[in-house]
Parts: sequence; structure tokens; C-alpha cells
Amino acid sequence: MSVLVDANTRLLVQGITGKSGSFHASACKEYGTQVVAGVTPARGGEKFEKTVPIFDTVSEAVAATKANASMIFVPPEFAADAILEAADAGIQLIVAITEGIPVMDMMRVRFALREHSCVLIGPNCPGIITPGACKIGIMPGYIHRPGNVGVVSRSGTLTYEAVWQITSEGLGQSTCIGVGGDPIHGLTLQKAVEYLHADPDTKAIVMIGEIGGSEEEEAAEYIHSRVKKPVISFVAGATAPPGKRMGHAGAIISGGQGTAQAKIEALKKAGVRVAETLGDIGQEVVKALGK
Amino acid sequence: MNIHEYQARDLLAAAGVPVPRGAVARSPEEAESIARSLPCNSFVVKAQVHAGGRGKGHFQDGYKSGVHLVKTPHQVKTVASHMIGNTLITHQTGPEGKPVHAVLVGESTDIARELYLAIVLDRSSGCPVIVASQQGGVEIEAVAEKSPEAILREVIHPGLGLQPYQARKVSIFLGFPSTGLRAPCRLLHAAYRLFIEKDCSQVEINPLAVTKGGDVVALDAKLGFDDNALFRHKEIQELQDPSQEDPRDLAAAEHHLNYIGLEGNIGCMVNGAGLAMATLDLIQAAGGKPANFLDVGGGASEEMITAAFRLLQGDPAVKAILVNIFGGILKCDILAQGMVAACRTTPPRVPIIVRLQGTNVEAGRKILKESGLPLLPAEGLMEAAEKAVAAAGKKGK
Repeated sequence: MSVLVDANTRLLVQGITGKSGSFHASACKEYGTQVVAGVTPARGGEKFEKTVPIFDTVSEAVAATKANASMIFVPPEFAADAILEAADAGIQLIVAITEGIPVMDMMRVRFALREHSCVLIGPNCPGIITPGACKIGIMPGYIHRPGNVGVVSRSGTLTYEAVWQITSEGLGQSTCIGVGGDPIHGLTLQKAVEYLHADPDTKAIVMIGEIGGSEEEEAAEYIHSRVKKPVISFVAGATAPPGKRMGHAGAIISGGQGTAQAKIEALKKAGVRVAETLGDIGQEVVKALGK
Repeated sequence: MNIHEYQARDLLAAAGVPVPRGAVARSPEEAESIARSLPCNSFVVKAQVHAGGRGKGHFQDGYKSGVHLVKTPHQVKTVASHMIGNTLITHQTGPEGKPVHAVLVGESTDIARELYLAIVLDRSSGCPVIVASQQGGVEIEAVAEKSPEAILREVIHPGLGLQPYQARKVSIFLGFPSTGLRAPCRLLHAAYRLFIEKDCSQVEINPLAVTKGGDVVALDAKLGFDDNALFRHKEIQELQDPSQEDPRDLAAAEHHLNYIGLEGNIGCMVNGAGLAMATLDLIQAAGGKPANFLDVGGGASEEMITAAFRLLQGDPAVKAILVNIFGGILKCDILAQGMVAACRTTPPRVPIIVRLQGTNVEAGRKILKESGLPLLPAEGLMEAAEKAVAAAGKKGK
């Protein structure tokens, strides 16, 4: 068992002919992900690395290859359109890696997706991986190891740090999900925690948050009332100055809202183990699992 | 991205939001002639800088306040001559202040009531939201704390846009009589249109004034724009004023580095925004103060790393540099080569602590060790931060 992706996932890559798209499509394929199709308008009929068929549209790709997940590397100007195209073609899992999509575009996309049953991860995210089975995204595959710790995070490199610490402790991961650093995005921290909690192979959940918004607080409320598995957390940006956008468009303290202190307090109240510093996540997981 | 008050005023006026009469002046003479063209007998002269708190601020030479109320065009000229070319210091500018190159000259308004109106993005619903209050002219955060019931939040459907009934509801909340809703409703629709059309992150009108004559005007406004959408707004990009930006931020933007200048003395270079933020936290947990936030991104090139180094080294406040890299896509050996190359062209002026982890970490550490450069390696995160704090402290004494 795992969450959202496994060895049967059939991946399509939108923007497969671009620089990042082709590099990461290749890396996912190498990791063992079934990359069944690529989409780039006006490049239909070509093949990626001599084996993966390229189509002009997502619906053609789905009809021909039964793709059920899409990874999007389309430039920010056209990324909202790409997400809507994937949803319209019936793709069930859309992973948008693209960074820099206008907020208004994502506002409209999120609204439009209410009419679809698909799950959107991202944008501006590292993607999702079930170690040893399926990697959809830009994370370095080798730092992961199959295991039973689920990881969800708003930040790419912080996910890698946490995963690395878990692997270094001799443990492994069930599924790792990066929900992305933009203010308006698809899958929320809370929803990811729900999935991981429902997964029988996940024994502990690591949730990494950062300043801005209120998703950590919302997840904390859910954890408090529903989650029986141990949850370990870390929140970045405790010392970030207010009003400054800290790299991620969504990482900003505005009007006294979205501070790390408030998030940490809410998580502690919900019974979550909060790592004091970034380097303590691995050990907190070990303690939580009683090993 | 930030713009000047006069630019925000022009954008609002073009969108159909009423603003007081006036114009921007770049010389005392121009200020006087603008005042002469205004049909009124009382004028406001406001220094144009990217910072709040102008009224309570002071100039470098001791001249008081960045906002003056005067009676004659000649006095307008005198005030403008004090302000233009001077540097204004407010609680938001820092002790170095911001240079004043222009003033806004306007008619002074007889105010009956001061209201608050803003359109921002509500993250949890993913919709635009109108924030309104009868308590204008003060910071909305203060109102929210003392009397939250005095604030109305009206969420707008992203597919449908602002509906007429919502504009009426907001106007009535703002205290307009039911027979006088046309002007405020028209203003609300105009402001909402501006918010959507220009990809704003915020449109904040504070105060929104009701004049003694019963007119509704935007007395002061702050517009913010979504940086991700600037590619489709060349007209907004052109409003940028480099004289108002931190020179370190400008140098970083030139090399596409994600940089924010801070007040401390430990320079940081990190890959990834989350890790960069967590690194600032580590430095402060170790008892130090970071000089900056710097995310070189996942796919930093050798040129970017060299530019980042030059930026950190060029900052006189920096007493030690902490490099914290988790090699994922960016491999540690490639990063190490870039750092060695950068140190050869710009010899290190301060101690450099390097913490590498991830892909090809052994090869990377070997390259740094064999380079003969004075780079201090660290393996643990806290260890790296502590070494950086110790190095910065030693240098300071």
C-alpha cells in the first residue's frame, strides 16, 4: 500500500520536450516510473528517448496510452492551461512542478477543478514519490528507502533533508508528498495527512510546514480530532521578518498572521512532536516509533 | 513589487476610482505651477518614497515631516525645495532613509469621515476578499485586534466576480445611506476591476474619505502586484524605481538570485527556500544574526554561485559566510567546483563555513579539501551554524 502513486501508475509528462521536462522525465523513467506518454503541442508523432510517444493533446495521449497521472513542466505562462487540459482529459493525479504561475491563474484553476474528481499536487512543488515503486517529480530518488514513515511538506529541500535523516536512521518512507510553496495550490497539508493516516503501511507521519497561510493550523485541528498515528513536525521561518516574501510566494507573514510561533503552538496543542531545529527530525521520528 | 503613491493614484484614477486633484512634481518650480493650476486654497505636499509613516518622519537635514499642509502655491514651492533631493527617514525606511526625487502636490480635502477599504487574496478560500471598515486612517491590524466586529470581509466568487448586491452590502456596512449607494458601489466595482486586470496582490485604500461635500475619494492607496504575473504587465514593470530598493537586492535580482537583505553579520548561501529559511532559524538558535536570506535554487549554475559569493563578500556587514547545500538535482561536486572557482576569482575576505549533504557529497568534500582554500567544513546542521556564529564573533572583536 501507499498513497496516490504506486508501481501501476501510468505517467504522462506535459512539456516533455523542454529542458527540465526532458531531464526529469528521464530521471523518473530511470527510477522505475512507467512513463507512458509525453505531450507537447505541435510535436505529436515524435518519440521521447526513442520509446515514449509524444502527443499534441492530453486527451489523445490518454486515449492511446491509458495514462492516469500527469507531471507538468510547462512554463508559468501556460501552466494553468496545462492543468485544466489534464483535468478535462480525465487524468486523476496532476503534479504541477512549474514555479512562478500567476496567483490569479491558480485562483481560477482551483475554482474550475471543483467540477473534477482529480487531485492536484502543487504547483511549485517537488512532486510525489513512493520509494521503490514510483517517482513523479524532481526529488533525488536515491535518498529514499521503502519504509513506513509518510512525509508531507511545503518545501522541496526541507523534504529532502527530512527524508535523508529518516533514511540515515535506518528507516524508510511509505510515500513523500511536496504540496508546494505557492499561496494557492491543490492538495493541502491536511488532505495529505488524511491520505497518509488512511494508509495501513504508514506508521508515522512527518509534516513540514513554513510561515504564511494557515494550513498547519488546519492540519493540527484535524490531527487533534482524528489522527491516531504519531505525527512529527517542523516549521521553518521562526526568525523570518514580517512582510518579506521568503523565496516561496506563499511564505510571508502579513498582518501578524502566519507566524511560525502560532503554527508550532497549534501543533503542540494537537499532540504533535515538534522538532526544535531542522537537524532533529530524524531523531524525533525514531523516538515516536519507539525504536 | 512596490510603486509610488502617485503611481497608485494614477492607476486608480484610470480605473475609475475618484482621487483628489493633483499631480507629481520633480522640481520646486513644477510643484508651484501644479498648485497654481488647482482651484483650491489649501494644498498637500507629500514626499514620494516607498515607505509608510511619512507624516511622522523627518529628513536627513532635520527638516520635519514628509507630508505638509500649506495655503499658497509659493509655500508649496518652498516645501518641495526642502523635500526634493533630500532623504526621508521614517520607522519603515531604516536609519539610512530613502531618497526623495518627487513630491505629490494635491488639493487638500475637507474630510467628514475616514473609511478603510482593501481587496486582497484570501488564501484559505482561494478567492479575492473585500475588507472594509468605518475605522479608516489607522492600521487595519490595530482595528482587527481591538474590535474585529468593525471589519467586514466579503468573499468574491472567482468565476463570477464582484456582484452588485455585494457592493451594496459593503457600502451599507461603510455607513452610506441607502439612497446614496451609487458612488461607493461604482468605486468598489472600479477598484475590483483594477485588482483583477493588473494582477494585484493588494489594493488598499486607506483612508477612503467621504468629503464634507458628500463625495467619496481615495485619499491614499497602496497597490501590490503579483511578481509572477509581471510578464504580462509591461506597464507595471516600468513603474519600478531602483532608487527605492536595497542595492543588495538589485544586484541579486540581476543574477536571478532569490535574496533578501537582513540586519545581521552572517552571510548565507543555501539551495531551496525552505532550507534557506530553516538556516536563518539555525543561526539565530546558535546565538547569531543572519545578514541575508539567499536561495540559489535547485539548479544553480557556476555563474550564479560566483555571483552569490561576490554579493555576500561585497556586503561590508558580513563577518562570516555559511554555505548550506543539500545536493539533490544540484550535485555536491558541481557546487564545490563552483565555490572553488568563485574563491579563486574573489579571494575570501571572511571565514567560510560549508555544510554539504546529499548527491556526490564525498566527491564534493574532497574537492573543497584539496583546493587549499580556507573553507571550514561542517557535517551537522547545528554544528555548521555554531561554527559560523563563532567565526563571525571572533572577527567582530
